[in-house]
Amino acid sequence: MSAPATAPPTAPAPPAAPSLGKDLLGLEGLTRAQIELVLDTAAPLRAVSERAIKKVPTLRGQTVVNLFFEASTRTRVSFEFAEKRLSADTVSIASAGSSVSKGETLVDTARNLEAMKIDTVVIRHGSSGAARFLAERIDSTVINAGDGTHEHPTQGLLDLLTLRDRFGALDGRRVCIVGDVLHSRVARSNVFGLQALGAEVAVCGPRSLLPNAVDALGVKVFDRVEAAIEWAEALNVLRLQLERMQAGYIPSVREYNRVFGVTRERLERAPRDLLILHPGPMNRGVEIDSDVADGPHSVILDQVTNGVAVRMAVLYLLAGGRPDLAEAARGPA
Amino acid sequence: MSDAPEARPLLLAGGRVLDPSQGLDVAAGDVLLVGGRVEHAGERVGRPDDATVVDCAGLVVSPGFIDVHCHLREPGREDVETIATGARAAAAGGFTAVCAMPNTDPVTDNQAAVGFIVRQAQRAAASRVYPVGAITLGQRGETLAEFGEMVGAGAVAVSDDGKPVVSAHIMRTALEYARTFGIPVANHCEEPTLAHGGAMNEGAVSMRLGLKGIPSEAEEIMAIRDILLARRTGGHVHLCHMSTAGSVDLIRWGKARGIRVTAEVCPHHLSLTEDAVEGYQTNAKMNPPLRTAADVEALQAAVRDGTIDVVATDHAPHHYDEKEREFADAPNGIVGLETALGVIVTWLVAPGVLSYAQLVDRMACAPARVFGLPGGTLRRGAPADVTVFDPERRWTVDPATFRSKGRNTPYAGRTLQGRAVATVVAGGIVYDDRSTPA
Repeated sequence: MSAPATAPPTAPAPPAAPSLGKDLLGLEGLTRAQIELVLDTAAPLRAVSERAIKKVPTLRGQTVVNLFFEASTRTRVSFEFAEKRLSADTVSIASAGSSVSKGETLVDTARNLEAMKIDTVVIRHGSSGAARFLAERIDSTVINAGDGTHEHPTQGLLDLLTLRDRFGALDGRRVCIVGDVLHSRVARSNVFGLQALGAEVAVCGPRSLLPNAVDALGVKVFDRVEAAIEWAEALNVLRLQLERMQAGYIPSVREYNRVFGVTRERLERAPRDLLILHPGPMNRGVEIDSDVADGPHSVILDQVTNGVAVRMAVLYLLAGGRPDLAEAARGPA
Repeated sequence: MSDAPEARPLLLAGGRVLDPSQGLDVAAGDVLLVGGRVEHAGERVGRPDDATVVDCAGLVVSPGFIDVHCHLREPGREDVETIATGARAAAAGGFTAVCAMPNTDPVTDNQAAVGFIVRQAQRAAASRVYPVGAITLGQRGETLAEFGEMVGAGAVAVSDDGKPVVSAHIMRTALEYARTFGIPVANHCEEPTLAHGGAMNEGAVSMRLGLKGIPSEAEEIMAIRDILLARRTGGHVHLCHMSTAGSVDLIRWGKARGIRVTAEVCPHHLSLTEDAVEGYQTNAKMNPPLRTAADVEALQAAVRDGTIDVVATDHAPHHYDEKEREFADAPNGIVGLETALGVIVTWLVAPGVLSYAQLVDRMACAPARVFGLPGGTLRRGAPADVTVFDPERRWTVDPATFRSKGRNTPYAGRTLQGRAVATVVAGGIVYDDRSTPA
């Protein structure tokens, strides 16, 4: 059949529903719609964890491998809970017991796993870009559970969910990330995610722990935590890795606490109540005082709860986002 | 390369004869090579009865290119490159001579090791290979190697390339001692406590990618240290693979004061920025790292005005699976011998930054001048080392076709302009690509 001289008029295509694609490697480049899709999916999934039988059949028959090349308890356990509550079959591999310690390369490890017909790899790795490296070389879905000092997207998403629960929309909200931004994967994911949802973002810390080119992220920079507290509506307090002191980035933990510690005294001088977030584990008395961490404005445990829900949402959405499974995931109203 | 000159005269006929060393630029001239020496270069000459004639119409005939900085990996990593494959890659890139850096295994830090490279190069019978000896034993930065014995065995310079000479005292001593033998001391300028294990340029891209950065100052601090030590000692310091606008300023400062400082820049630092690392591309990982557009612009200007004397490749082959890994763990370096000419023509000559005469000077004449090597000119009596290249030929980089064992290049798939079509060493053709269609 010959083609018509002019194409017949067609109705404009409806806007494509957002999807996450094959992998979740970072929040950089994700659209507002994609992020909201995860948060909107996560919110009802929290209910699964409230039930007596904390399990839905959403990922039944799927295999998820948790490949942790770096020590992590919280994130690994959170992912494992998320996977099990979605009925996935899971295997967790830590680097100490893996072939990596025998010299096998990351790509060889991944190819071997894939040859065993897995569906999803959750990877934590000490090298920035490792998750992307893997995703480009295997067909399975890859979820970045933290790569070097690059990104930790599910941590960013759970922070966003926690903030959204308290603030509603994040448009125009002022969030300051306090601490070692230079070495923090959490900070990058937070900046990208918060900006995508319309929040204003600032960072605060000693200049030796802020990236030299941090301005390029489009964030405000505070040298003094008092100024950050005066400006912000929420503080995301980063863990100070104690080895930074030995590496010469700061003179002492004591001085860090005195200059940059988020203390009750400093918060009491703030013009408003601030939400306090922390990705954990905390160094109490260093970056955050106990009476702040355990205080009325702390949402730190909410973050932990939301972590499981966000990871369930990510696993579900990347597994295909089938509507029937979505219903199953939601369970009875 | 065999020292035996080609017996039959070779007439490179009808090409653009371009030799900045003697201000020669003849639109359609001849170069006649007899007995391994240049007999004539310039206007057309008669054809000797027994001469082999190569039609060079539409091609540029210039002194053979010389690369003062490459890594041939032998001895130690013959799986990655050998002197023979490196020399053939050099010939395919239009280089009639290359200087092999000493970071082999074992390190080229004694006369026996230097002699080994000389012999292997003779067997290879391709481009000439000049060994560079180490500055310090084992490149450990502690004890000077025996410069005199190495020079006696064929070394043309000393360098601990791959590792900076951290001790200012050792660097000073090396510059003083090298004067006895009239050789340059080539240093990899990197202040290690500032580079601090970085994997790429420090800036906005490294921040987004979460990669540890190397600030420009890591290079510049050591560059100015070396320039000041050259001033103090009267020695000749050659600064390897410069990458920053600040380094250019420092070299300019030194030269203006008559200090014996020369410098080189690599094609990749003249053409690519840190953006090439996006996506954690390990074939864009090198040391010094790719910098910013402002740095590239300053480096281009420095090549044009001669502040930077030489274009050198820093050819650094690696096995593909060494690059096929996490960015921070991947080795530094790319191959460069076979793409250098195309990159320089594409990024510098075609846009009007450099003339072809300047290109030939920076890739042939100046390297010979700076390292005191034979060649780099078509004057009568000079070694019959000649590069014939097609300035218009467009070609797409396909690493699978490289003569080098290395495939690690960020230019794969790129279309370049300019390619060597014949490489002549000691009057004999060691590479001939005239039959390949453009």
